[in-house]
Amino acid sequence: MKIHEFQAKDLFRNAGIPVPKGNVAATPEEAVEIAKTLDGPPWVVKAQIHAGGRGKGGGVKVVKSIEEVKKAAEDILSKPLVTHQTGPAGQKVRNLLIEEGLDIEREFYLGIVIDRKLESPVMIFSQAGGMEIEEVSAKNPELVLFENIDITSGFMPYQARSFFYGIEPMLDKNVFRELSATMSKLYSLFMSNDCSLVEINPLVVTSSGKVVALDAKINFDDNALFRQKDIAKLHDSHEMDELEAEASKYSLNYIRLDGNIGAMVNGAGLAMATMDVIKLAGAEPANFLDVGGGATEEMVKNGLKIILTDKRVKAVLINIFGGIMRCDVLARGVVNAAKEVDIEVPLIVRLEGTNVEEGREILKNSDLDFSVAGDIEEAGGMVAKQVI
Amino acid sequence: MGILVDENTKVVVQGITGKEGAFHTKQMILYGTNIVAGVTPGKGGEMLEGVPVLNRVKDAVNSYDANVSCIFVPPPFAADAMLEAADAGIKVIVCITEGIPTIDMIKVVRYIRKCGAVLIGPNTPGIISPGKTKVGIMPGPIHKEGGIGVISRSGTLTYEVVDQLTRAGFGQSTCIGLGGDPIVGASFIDHLKRFKNDKQTNGVVLIGEIGGTAEEEAAEYIEGEFGKPVVAFIAGQTAPPGRRMGHAGAIISGGKGKASDKINALKSHGIAVALDLGRLGKTAKGVFS
Repeated sequence: MKIHEFQAKDLFRNAGIPVPKGNVAATPEEAVEIAKTLDGPPWVVKAQIHAGGRGKGGGVKVVKSIEEVKKAAEDILSKPLVTHQTGPAGQKVRNLLIEEGLDIEREFYLGIVIDRKLESPVMIFSQAGGMEIEEVSAKNPELVLFENIDITSGFMPYQARSFFYGIEPMLDKNVFRELSATMSKLYSLFMSNDCSLVEINPLVVTSSGKVVALDAKINFDDNALFRQKDIAKLHDSHEMDELEAEASKYSLNYIRLDGNIGAMVNGAGLAMATMDVIKLAGAEPANFLDVGGGATEEMVKNGLKIILTDKRVKAVLINIFGGIMRCDVLARGVVNAAKEVDIEVPLIVRLEGTNVEEGREILKNSDLDFSVAGDIEEAGGMVAKQVI
Repeated sequence: MGILVDENTKVVVQGITGKEGAFHTKQMILYGTNIVAGVTPGKGGEMLEGVPVLNRVKDAVNSYDANVSCIFVPPPFAADAMLEAADAGIKVIVCITEGIPTIDMIKVVRYIRKCGAVLIGPNTPGIISPGKTKVGIMPGPIHKEGGIGVISRSGTLTYEVVDQLTRAGFGQSTCIGLGGDPIVGASFIDHLKRFKNDKQTNGVVLIGEIGGTAEEEAAEYIEGEFGKPVVAFIAGQTAPPGRRMGHAGAIISGGKGKASDKINALKSHGIAVALDLGRLGKTAKGVFS
C-alpha cells in the first residue's frame, strides 16, 4: 500500500525524523492561509499524488510571494497531473502540501528496502541526492552505498560510519551525529510499521547544519495491514483506478491495462501467463484478473461484470484450471453474471481440471453465447481473431 | 526416489480443523498420503477424517513419528506454526498459507535453517511425488509418476504445465511450488541440487515469474553444475512495472525482475525457454525426448 507524502511526513515527525514545517490544503485559499503561518519566502507548493516524477511533471513549485502561492495552488489543482508514472490521462490532485522553503547545503538519498536474495532489510545511502536513484545506480554505481541489516541486532553504529567514511567531502561531526540518528529512527519506523520501502530523496543538510527530510515516500506490506490498523486507515481509494477499487471490494486481484481483451483467470501465475498468451497471439490484454484459488460463484460473477464495465473490452477470455476451484462454480458464476449484464462481446471459455465436465454442461445448457477453446494455445488464437 | 517426500512421508497437518485444512486433509488421504496426525491448539482429542487431532506438534512427532508438516494456519499465526514445527524436529515444512507479513518470514527462514529443516512456501500449492504422496493442495489426477522434476513459483500455472507434461507423455518425479511471496524457504538452486542427485529425475521444468532474481541465479547454476536437461518458462512478459501481479513477490521494481531479463539470462546460459505457454509440452518433448 502506498500513502501520500504528507502522511509519510506525519509518520516521520512522530518518529523524530525532522521534516520541514508545513500543512495540507485542499483549496488555493487554504494554501494561502497555511503559507501565512510559515516562515517565507520561499514557500513550496507540492501536489499530493502517489505517483513519482511530480517535480518534472510540474506538480512541485517553489514560490517567492503569497500571490504566487495562490497561483501555484490554482494551477496544480486545476488539471490532472501527468508524470511518467501516471499514464497519459494523469492523476487528479486533491490535496497540496504547503511547506517553508529551506536553504540547502547538501543533498543525500536515504532509503530502506527488503532485499529478497539476502532475506533482510538493506539501507541505501548516496551523496547523489535529489536524483532518481535508479539512474544514479546505473550511471555511477560507486555513489550508491548499501548496508545489509541483521534484524536481530538492528542498524548498528558501525554501519552509519561505513556510509560516512565512504563519501566525499567528509561530514561535519554534528551533521554526522544527526544523520546517524535519522538512519536509526528510519530503520525503527520501517520495522515497526511493516514497511516494504521507505525513501527520503532528498535528505538535506541546511546551511545552519540541520538534517531535514525534504521528501518522504513509504510503501507498506499489504500482508501486514491486518496488524497495522492505523496505517490501513491512511489508504486513499481516490488514487486507485475506479474498476480496481470496485474489484478490491470483492477481494479480486484486478489490474487495469491498456489493451482490449478482457481476461479472467484463477491464480496469479496463470493469469500473468494468460496475458502473455494473448499478447503472443497478437492482441493486447485489457486487464489482469486473478479470481483466486478458491473463488466463489459471487466472485466470478462480480469479476466478469467488472471486466464488461470496461468499454474498451472487445472480447473476453476465461481461462480456468480447476484445482481447489471447481469448474462448475466458475460456470454458475458466469451464467449468473449474464443474467445481470448484457454480454455484447464474444466470450471464449477454456476450462480444465476439477469438475470440468459439470462446468461445461452448465455453460452448454444456459442461453449463453460462447465459444470453447480446447487448450490454452487455441484460446489465444480464438481471442486474437476477434480483434485483428 | 523423488525428492523431500515419498512413500515414507508421515504428515502432520497444522490447522487441520479449519475449512481449508479439513478439506485438503481429505483430498490428501484420497490421494494416498499418510496423514498421521493433525494439530489445532485447544482441539486435542478430537478426530477428523479418522486422523487424531493434537494440541502440539511435538506430540505428533513423539507419538506418531510425523516427519513432514503441512500448514493451513491463517496468516497472523502462521509464523508461530512454522517455528513450532521446526522446533519439534520436523525436517520438511510445507506452508500453504497466503498473506504472511514479509518481516515475519525474515525471522522464520533464519530459524528454520538453523534447525536444519527445509521450508516449502509460504503461499505454495505444496509438494507432490506422484504415485507416492501429495503434501499440498494441487489436483492429484493430472500428475503421473515419471522422470521430470518441476519447480515453480506459481500454483495454477504449475497445474497447467504438469497437465501438458503428462499429456505429452512425461511423468514427474517430484513437483514443488517454491511459493509466491518475496521471501520463501528455498530457492530454485536448493531444489535443483536435490534433483541433480535424484536417480528418478532425468530433467527439470523450471517455472518462474517476474520479480527478484532467483531465475537468473538458477540459470548460472544450471549451466555450470546441473548436468541434466532443463526447460524453463517465465510468466509476466506483459506485466507493467511497479504493480503487484497477485503474488506479493511478482513485482517489477527499480527496473529489476523483468521477464525479458530472466528469459535472456536463461537463454544465455544455454537453457531452453518456452516463450508460449501453449507450446510448453511440445518444447519439453523436443528437449527431453
